[in-house]
Amino acid sequence: MNLNQLTIKEAHQGLLKKEFSSVELTEAVLGQIKRRNQEINAYLVLTEEMALTQAKKVDKMIANNEEIGLLAGIPAAIKDNIMIDGVQCTAASKILENYIAPYDATVIKKLKKQGAVFVGKTNLDEFAMGSSTENSAFGPTKNPRDLSRVPGGSSGGSAAAVADDQCIYALGSDTGGSIRQPASFCGVAGLKPTYGSVSRYGLIAFASSLDQIGPLAKTTEDCQIIFEAINGRDEMDATSFNFGNQVSAGNSVSNLKIGIPKEYFVAGIDSAVEEAVRGAISQYEKMGFEIVEISLPHTEYALPVYYIIMPAEASSNLARYDGIKYGLSEIDKDLLGGYLKTRQKGFGDEVKRRIMLGTYVLSAGYYDAYYLKAQKVRTLIKNDFLKAFEKVDVLITPTAPTPAFKIGQKIADPVSMYLSDIYTISANLAGLPAISIPIKSNSPLPIGMQIIGKQFGENDIFKIARAYENLGTVPATGTVPK
Amino acid sequence: MKITKKEVEYVAGLARLGVSQDEKEKFAGELSAVLEFVDKLNQVKTDKIEPTAQVTGLENVVREDKGRVKREREREKLLNAAPETKDGYVKVKAIL
Repeated sequence: MNLNQLTIKEAHQGLLKKEFSSVELTEAVLGQIKRRNQEINAYLVLTEEMALTQAKKVDKMIANNEEIGLLAGIPAAIKDNIMIDGVQCTAASKILENYIAPYDATVIKKLKKQGAVFVGKTNLDEFAMGSSTENSAFGPTKNPRDLSRVPGGSSGGSAAAVADDQCIYALGSDTGGSIRQPASFCGVAGLKPTYGSVSRYGLIAFASSLDQIGPLAKTTEDCQIIFEAINGRDEMDATSFNFGNQVSAGNSVSNLKIGIPKEYFVAGIDSAVEEAVRGAISQYEKMGFEIVEISLPHTEYALPVYYIIMPAEASSNLARYDGIKYGLSEIDKDLLGGYLKTRQKGFGDEVKRRIMLGTYVLSAGYYDAYYLKAQKVRTLIKNDFLKAFEKVDVLITPTAPTPAFKIGQKIADPVSMYLSDIYTISANLAGLPAISIPIKSNSPLPIGMQIIGKQFGENDIFKIARAYENLGTVPATGTVPK
Repeated sequence: MKITKKEVEYVAGLARLGVSQDEKEKFAGELSAVLEFVDKLNQVKTDKIEPTAQVTGLENVVREDKGRVKREREREKLLNAAPETKDGYVKVKAIL
């Protein structure tokens, strides 16, 4: 086993026992990136110098027998819409091609305090808008499990980097499934935390009532370690909570009841996915968990609600790209001409489409029919979950309706691309935590199972996910058959 | 809902987004398809339902109304990001 294939837990143990140094671990990761990145395109930029400086610092602490945290000296990849002071932050857009982040995102600040090592910034769909990473202005990322297929998106670079051992763990962001769906496509674990449990300060804003930063890693345990390091109230994000104050000790794992929403197993689901998820559910039954079929009657409206609220918020957030404060700046005869030209040249197709859609649904005469209507249906979707959680503690569903699709297969048809987020969007609309973990299947491609929890129910979903992982039916993730 | 090329022009203007003739055609078709898809929401009765704008339940989160003086280095980094500056200010085209 090579060092870059280790989990956080294993790497931490190795560092403590002085079996290897953080510099050696970091070099193993950098070596894998250099061998593979040309083909996979998971990284937009490497921060080798910073990584080695950070690694040396941790090695010194270890040599001095100072106490180190679980993430100290462990190489991480950061999605290129999360700011690291002094490093490029492009959001995979031409409009931010030369933008250097002037400060650290709160999650980065927290990880730096823990002694984290940042090896680079990962590819994404432009401004996190997409489900395949094909919308990146800097070329698509390929799925390391099958190079003809997409890694999912928008955190496709982060998921591919974890799956291909080009980092030990990664951070992504999830607005409608952008951590969980790529985790499912690449065969890794990915957590979207409860809305507000992780600060969004320093995350390039997309749809602010839905965006949440979260971890992608090789195991649930690793996701939990990262989540515990990055959560918490932040005065720079007024929507953030002190997670520790909100969470109860939780039930013991054997008392947790699992709900299966019947609306998630209907037409459109790939038979291999359905079979795999049903197989996992029967494993839980065998372990003695109580399984209850429940109903989320407004499920079919989640996607239309999302495709009104998300572009509306995005169109407002992206108004800031005006060619004046930062980013691409095209000169024209007057101020208006400069705006039009800068934004036409700087934004890609999908981003333009969503700005247009968002502007339309918010425009005079259409606000009530679209935006207000969608906000009302959002209430109904949220209430469906509240009702379900009176009966059960967690919900189990597929993460995506299909395994990874071919590059180019859906790019020309926006609506069919949007359907690949059909199972993940509801958790964002309701602000709930959800994890995707790889499960056993007959498909040669990875398939993910989603576990959705109550608001601040992260500990419950970790317990349920680990119960499955402990069965050992899925080969250790993050190791690509070579 | 069918979107016309004229509406595309109008909305693009509101969004301060330059669009080519080709893009107008393309967006008219694509936006119509997405709007047709979201029209599904009309099946749901929502007369007495309150809208949800946020899910945290937090209300009136305030801080002291006080700015923070930026350090010289911070100021520099922010100004360096601007395409055009003059005497420590961001330069903008005349609007009158």
